[in-house]
Amino acid sequence: MTQPPPSGRAPPATKDNRQKLFERAMSRQAYAGHALIEVLHTAQELFGHLTPELLREVALKLKLPPSRVLGVATFYNFFSLQPKAEHTAVVCLGTACYVAGAPQLVQALERRRCACAAADADKEAGPARLSVQSARCIGSCGLAPAVVLDGRILPRVSAAQLERELDKIGITA
Amino acid sequence: MTPEDLNERAAAERARQQGFRERLHCCTAAGCLSCGAEELKRDLTAQVEARALSQQVEVQGTGCLGLCSRGPLVRRASDGAVFHELTPSEAGLLLQPGDAAAEAALAAKRLDTAHPFFAHQQRIVLENAGRVDPERLESYLAADGYSALARAVSELSRQEVLAELRASGLRGRGGAGYPTGVKWELVAKQPGTTKYIVCNADEGDPGAFMDRSVLEGDPHRVLEGMAIAGYAVGANQGYLYVRGEYALAIQRLQGAIRQAEREGLLGPRVLDSAFRFRVDIRIGAGAFVCGEETALIASIEGGRGEPRPRPPYPPEKGLWGQPTLINNVETFANIAPIIRHGGAWFAAIGTERSKGTKVFAVAGKTAHTGLVEVPMGTPLRTIVYEMAGGIADGGRVKAIQTGGPSGGCIPERLLDLPVDYESLVGAGSMMGSGGLIVMDEASCMVDVARYFMEFCRDESCGKCVPCRAGTVQMHQLLERFCAGQAGEHDLALLKELGTLLREASLCGLGQTAPNPVLSVLRYFPEELDQRLHHDAEAAAAAAATEPA
Amino acid sequence: MSVKTLTINGKTVTGLAGTSLFNTAWEAGIRIPRLCHIGGLSDIGACRLCLVEIEGRPRLHPACMTEVEEGMVVRTESERLHAHRKLIVELLFAEGNHVCAVCVSNGHCELQDLATSLGIDHVRVAYQHPRRPVDASHARFTLDLNRCVFCRRCMRVCDEVEGAHTLDVAGRGAELRLIADLGQSWGTAESCTSCGKCVQVCPTGALFAKGSAVGEMTKNRAFLQYIVTAREKHEWIRK
Repeated sequence: MTQPPPSGRAPPATKDNRQKLFERAMSRQAYAGHALIEVLHTAQELFGHLTPELLREVALKLKLPPSRVLGVATFYNFFSLQPKAEHTAVVCLGTACYVAGAPQLVQALERRRCACAAADADKEAGPARLSVQSARCIGSCGLAPAVVLDGRILPRVSAAQLERELDKIGITA
Repeated sequence: MTPEDLNERAAAERARQQGFRERLHCCTAAGCLSCGAEELKRDLTAQVEARALSQQVEVQGTGCLGLCSRGPLVRRASDGAVFHELTPSEAGLLLQPGDAAAEAALAAKRLDTAHPFFAHQQRIVLENAGRVDPERLESYLAADGYSALARAVSELSRQEVLAELRASGLRGRGGAGYPTGVKWELVAKQPGTTKYIVCNADEGDPGAFMDRSVLEGDPHRVLEGMAIAGYAVGANQGYLYVRGEYALAIQRLQGAIRQAEREGLLGPRVLDSAFRFRVDIRIGAGAFVCGEETALIASIEGGRGEPRPRPPYPPEKGLWGQPTLINNVETFANIAPIIRHGGAWFAAIGTERSKGTKVFAVAGKTAHTGLVEVPMGTPLRTIVYEMAGGIADGGRVKAIQTGGPSGGCIPERLLDLPVDYESLVGAGSMMGSGGLIVMDEASCMVDVARYFMEFCRDESCGKCVPCRAGTVQMHQLLERFCAGQAGEHDLALLKELGTLLREASLCGLGQTAPNPVLSVLRYFPEELDQRLHHDAEAAAAAAATEPA
Repeated sequence: MSVKTLTINGKTVTGLAGTSLFNTAWEAGIRIPRLCHIGGLSDIGACRLCLVEIEGRPRLHPACMTEVEEGMVVRTESERLHAHRKLIVELLFAEGNHVCAVCVSNGHCELQDLATSLGIDHVRVAYQHPRRPVDASHARFTLDLNRCVFCRRCMRVCDEVEGAHTLDVAGRGAELRLIADLGQSWGTAESCTSCGKCVQVCPTGALFAKGSAVGEMTKNRAFLQYIVTAREKHEWIRK
């Protein structure tokens, strides 16, 4: 799941100070190699996704082999090497959500995603409008089935309710 | 802060609390937050101010009240009443004490706290849930917070702390149930001065959220447990490895660490003693295998979360090759009460070999879902039927699943089993972290096994061959069963792969991955059989029993 | 250093404390199947082929990462171990795309040798036919991931002996892949010294010298032992 981790310490990032904030985050970790995961968290939080340039810079500053940095970045679900879509829907596929019908929610979301992609097919390239992901359990089993739409939990959601929520943010069929 | 200061601060906060006519505790755990708890709390606070009641009524946030399916929940401290699914105007009625009309209007929203869901609980780990404001240190202090740490560092020797732990009979709450006291002693007797305490808060079992609840609702309790552990084994540095998904828990832990450091409860001189202890947070990045202790260590060291063969075990060679004590959140949450009340007190709760309580996250098709903390030895039947109210629409329980992807299902007829480590393992499942999913007659057991195998396939780190390639094969075989395309040889292969994974995989993930399948073979062989012989018929049946 | 006496397959053997079961058995002439282990590199216990039975211990233990202990009673062959090894090798064959008939390492391949010695004449698990790339961008060597078994010898020799750490693994589970630097084509990886050690330690035809035809790629593993002996014992003259 790609919900950004809260650093709980970084001031709001603007386009121009991101590089400075990134540098500060690495320096706070004393450029230690073992802080690689923390640094990647910060990089993704600031820049949206991990580009080859970012990974190279991390390897340089933390004094790590580049292949090791990429190896770690691709090991964890959280890190993304691709740009984020405008909207992200994460369907919890924990056991409770699964038995409560989460697979149907995935289907509903996939239908919308395909419809959007088809509608955008002749437009110029840009980030996708909707990304559909699954989480292994968001720990809200009492609210099954749950979907996290742009960081907001929709508890006990039905396919119909979910479609109405998508309508609201402009992801229409 | 000295231990004397601690007492004074706690007494002052208790006096402050008693100064209020009423205290309203809004559950601000993740479950209730997603149902509008934050808005409700804000609204209630505004109403209190608008009615000029700020001196008489306190509104505060608190940890998980348990019945997540009915949020947002509010607890009224004066009589302990809990109200569910309140609207702001209904919440306003809580500010009119003695008003019979208001009380009557609230009656429909009042949870029956005498209901077995609450009444059968015995709360140690969750003792502060619904009472303590997770964002205020003072609130934790008023509930005897840090008094156990104060007692440890000022009155007890390391050996005495270890002795209490051993006497308590506490066993690890993360899975296999290794005796905590023995583990602590192992680390304590290692030579050297650099040792580490690691709290495994990478709760990854789908269907388990008790650790999240503790971290969000009572973060200081975990820090206190870790600090006591540090004192007992001679470690000065702790790491809290938290799932990246638990944003709120991370935020509250960061706040709690800052407060504790500022007040000298953590840091260079813990409670004015010579003991120094620091805690740092490490945020996980989404890999279930990091719940395995050697993978967790690799991840804290900044690497790929791949396990390594044991021995050597972490108590001898762990983080950066140094002796390392790893326990999970629920285990650490038990430490402070044990030191406060003594090991013997704890050992009096539970069964012969499993002491204390266990928190279960009950979810699935039951009438009530949420967290329950029960003494070890409570029959599963009591939890499923009395506490969780059985199947929501009056249907029949088919099986329950415990232990997540490492566990197995237990059929209805075995529900009289008491919950303890040995009974669950004997029944082919395991305690795991305490997820308990209830399935009704509509659930297809083969499909559930397929679901868990898919989980293990996706979460396999890929280091060892049996797990990396074996989970792929087993998952495909189970797909064939679900589609009604499997033959006898598929069943034989499924069993053979299951044995290979169990005996030859490098770590616990691969070794236990076949458990859900093995338990279906044990208790519901007819479901696999059905899909074996009548191809077309079975395909239709599989489609019909797809979970709704 | 103390000497431990133990029994392997009924034979009494001795080994220095700290030595692995694998090496102790090897010195006593007992061969244990293995794929990820290679003398001179650190061990990772990943292939699970060298698992052995130790009396009094319920679990199986990787011989490469288990130290000898006094009085240990070890069995390196049994029906159960044979069955496990067979299935592991079958899983490896099904997981990649191994076509011996057209492979440069045909006849000189450790995976092939394992299959022969374990008596594998067919694979019972489903072939996965993954789509894996071939990287021929390097001037002297080719990396054919279809033949990779993820033993990680190449990345260990690159890191531990050559010191370049060009190679590593990315992704996880069935999506595991071998990468050079930031995942670019090998030929453009700045850190690669083109030393060729990775090619020599590769047990299959996944890494080979360009220009090799079917069955022509033989590998020289002796260099590794030579380097390690030279470095640790200061013996630069080969006996």
